[in-house]
Amino acid sequence: MLPKRATNAMRHLPPCGGGREGGQPRPGFPVTLFILRRLLTFAATLFVAALIIFILLDLLPGDPARFILGINASEASVAALRTQMGLDAPAHERFFGWIAGMVRGDFGISATQRVAIGGLIAERMAVTLPLTMMAMVLSMLIGLPLGIVAAMRRGKPADTGLMILAQTGIAIPNFWFGMLLTLVFAVALRWLPTGGFTPWHENPGAAFRGLILPGLALALPQASILARVMRTALVDVTGQDFIRTARAKGLTRSEAIWRHGLRNAFLPVLTILGLQFAFLIAGTIIVENVFYLPGLGRLIFTAVSERDLTLVRSATIVLVLAVTATMFITDLLYTLVDPRLRRQNA
Amino acid sequence: MNVTKPLALAATALLLATGAAWAQSSEVRIGVALEPPALDPTAGAAEAIDVVVYQNIFEGLTRIDQNGAVQPGLAESWEIAEDGLTYTFSLHEGITFHDGTGFDAEDVKFTFDRILAEDSVNAQKALYEPIAAVNVVDPQTVEFQLSRPDGLFLFNLGRGDAVIVAPESADNNASEPIGTGPFAFVQWDRGSRVILERYEPYWGEAPALTKATYLFISDTATLTNALLAGDVDGTNNFAPEALAVFENNPQFKVLVGSTEGETILGTNNAKEPFSDLRVRQAMAHALNRQEIIDGATYGYGVPIGSHFAPHHPYYLDLTGTYPYDPDAAKALLAEAGYPDGFSATLKLPPVAYARLSGQIIASQFAQVGIKLELISMEWAQWLEDVLGNKDFDLTIVAHVEPFDIGIYADPNYYFGYDNPDVQALNETLNATIDEGERQRIAQEVQTIIAEDAVNGYLFELAQTGVWNAKLDGMWQNAPIEGVVLRDIHWVE
Repeated sequence: MLPKRATNAMRHLPPCGGGREGGQPRPGFPVTLFILRRLLTFAATLFVAALIIFILLDLLPGDPARFILGINASEASVAALRTQMGLDAPAHERFFGWIAGMVRGDFGISATQRVAIGGLIAERMAVTLPLTMMAMVLSMLIGLPLGIVAAMRRGKPADTGLMILAQTGIAIPNFWFGMLLTLVFAVALRWLPTGGFTPWHENPGAAFRGLILPGLALALPQASILARVMRTALVDVTGQDFIRTARAKGLTRSEAIWRHGLRNAFLPVLTILGLQFAFLIAGTIIVENVFYLPGLGRLIFTAVSERDLTLVRSATIVLVLAVTATMFITDLLYTLVDPRLRRQNA
Repeated sequence: MNVTKPLALAATALLLATGAAWAQSSEVRIGVALEPPALDPTAGAAEAIDVVVYQNIFEGLTRIDQNGAVQPGLAESWEIAEDGLTYTFSLHEGITFHDGTGFDAEDVKFTFDRILAEDSVNAQKALYEPIAAVNVVDPQTVEFQLSRPDGLFLFNLGRGDAVIVAPESADNNASEPIGTGPFAFVQWDRGSRVILERYEPYWGEAPALTKATYLFISDTATLTNALLAGDVDGTNNFAPEALAVFENNPQFKVLVGSTEGETILGTNNAKEPFSDLRVRQAMAHALNRQEIIDGATYGYGVPIGSHFAPHHPYYLDLTGTYPYDPDAAKALLAEAGYPDGFSATLKLPPVAYARLSGQIIASQFAQVGIKLELISMEWAQWLEDVLGNKDFDLTIVAHVEPFDIGIYADPNYYFGYDNPDVQALNETLNATIDEGERQRIAQEVQTIIAEDAVNGYLFELAQTGVWNAKLDGMWQNAPIEGVVLRDIHWVE
């Protein structure tokens, strides 16, 4: 019995929890194995993604060198540039050269901008990451309370009204919503800028102000989805036995929901939040164009239209990395929110 | 105490506000649609590069003014030998690059050796190939030896592709441009903006502006909002479909001028049935230019009858060569053996003027029996398919290079026009210096290609700028790519 307990604890608790019982040191290999396996899957996912990205981009028509030099340039100039950009090498050499570079942390040189891609992406992350976080927080601040209110007032006009609102929010494309926000808050009221971005180190206040409208535009559809999921989850939970028990112990309906229902209703919401990160990142491509923000989405958009393939593939890999990492974190959070997941195997 | 603090704050805020308004009188924020991929005009063809740097950061030996005429630049004067093969330039004294290093004849030699080098990536290298040697006579004098006379030599020296760069900084110009111009580069927040500041030790007349910021805003609706909200002070070329927003607004001025962009229905002359002159004539008769201009440019284009800019002194109005006449078109098609017309593809690059013109031309051609299949593509694909592989029937594109009629002398160019007469004339034109003679030859070439209906000649693209009404000194026309800041200033 004891060995079994020990290994299970190893598998399902964070490593620091391993030494909790007894004083004796536990063998570390199952945890290492677990992490190793996850890391291997992680690496394999990235490799396959890299391979697909590389092949797809290589199949695209269009010569980056010709794109840079335009329609009047001579063949000789274009050929010289192609050699300079390393486009002459065979495909497998370029692929493994790219992978090897990334492993060393070297993402290569942008074909059109002629600067290190690693720096470019890092620069853009300083906009896209805060923007996504802001959208995430805003969508929770807006969506969750609305969903809770709707669930508490189930079947009443407030519920119907909120759900119609949520449906509209899902239906409105975020670029259009962004333009409406600009018209009202930037053009008519002049409270906020129409777009653009002041770097953080120059003026953090202005940088933050610049992210409010795009953050709202990004958050709205996600908030609507969250509101609906929150409502459904809470309504489901309210019908369960433990809520009835809580009511029987003398709690009012809303007390029972607040104290016992919410935490349980949060599981499906967490799943959606994890998925939303990927949607938000994709959404930045459009929203950053509407608000002329120098983010990763706009970088990719321009790079695609300029056939800057080295940049497109490295930026895409960074996105794949971000999304896969989020999924991993969501998995970890599950076990935090739901103690059953920890106990189940104990 | 409690009252004075807010009061003091308000006073400070007021001071700051007036300060900001005052500061604005020497700064300008310009919204442009495309961000340059790099800032070195000698290593790329993108117009967006010249918009930021041409005559602002970088200067050439000569410069092009807003009427398209050649003016002295870094060279204060020059002498041309009688055979037209030797040009001797006297350079201004006391010129420095923005990094403080001096400018002299060695920099000129370095610049042109770099353009003509084996591994040069200059987009217009071919224009400078007549240069046989660049000799430094003394630090203030430089001599160019040409292998053949070149009537456009002084103009070509004034292009963005031939701005003078220094050996110490040339390699970094893509991200940190260092030139001799009135404005020095300060910073480039990629994806967002480029900031320039007046270069105080500038050798020439100091510009009125102390600071200029270029903001990159690709979306028309967004740019409209930014102009309306006062986040940008103007833009050099605004989408014509949205100009109406600003036309009757007293806070803005709309500047409509001409560009060097001849928009043509590019035709694959090397391919059946377009190799038949009668088919090309029929297509020319089937085009209703005014309808295309109204539909595709909201009336802002100027009709052209050949490949030449209407504002140029050598321009000849040839719009009447093949007037709109569907019946004549049908007759010519029947004569050529296509009484029921034929089918063809029309490949369209991703620009509004091409996509819109394409739809209108398809309906005009349908009336004479030519059925067009419209294929929309991205630039990169267009460059490969149409320009590279010549795999196309018809296409629509604007040729934006100044004085580019020479492309008709290259049988390998994408429209595949091979006419020895035009080739001979072009050679003579290149070798002729006399203005009157040049004009005569240029007009002869215009006439031949119009009569041969090499391509469908549609319209000259307009430049439609929108600016704050209090700004003055912007170029109305665009005889060369660029937004020249030199004369821009605020008026009260």
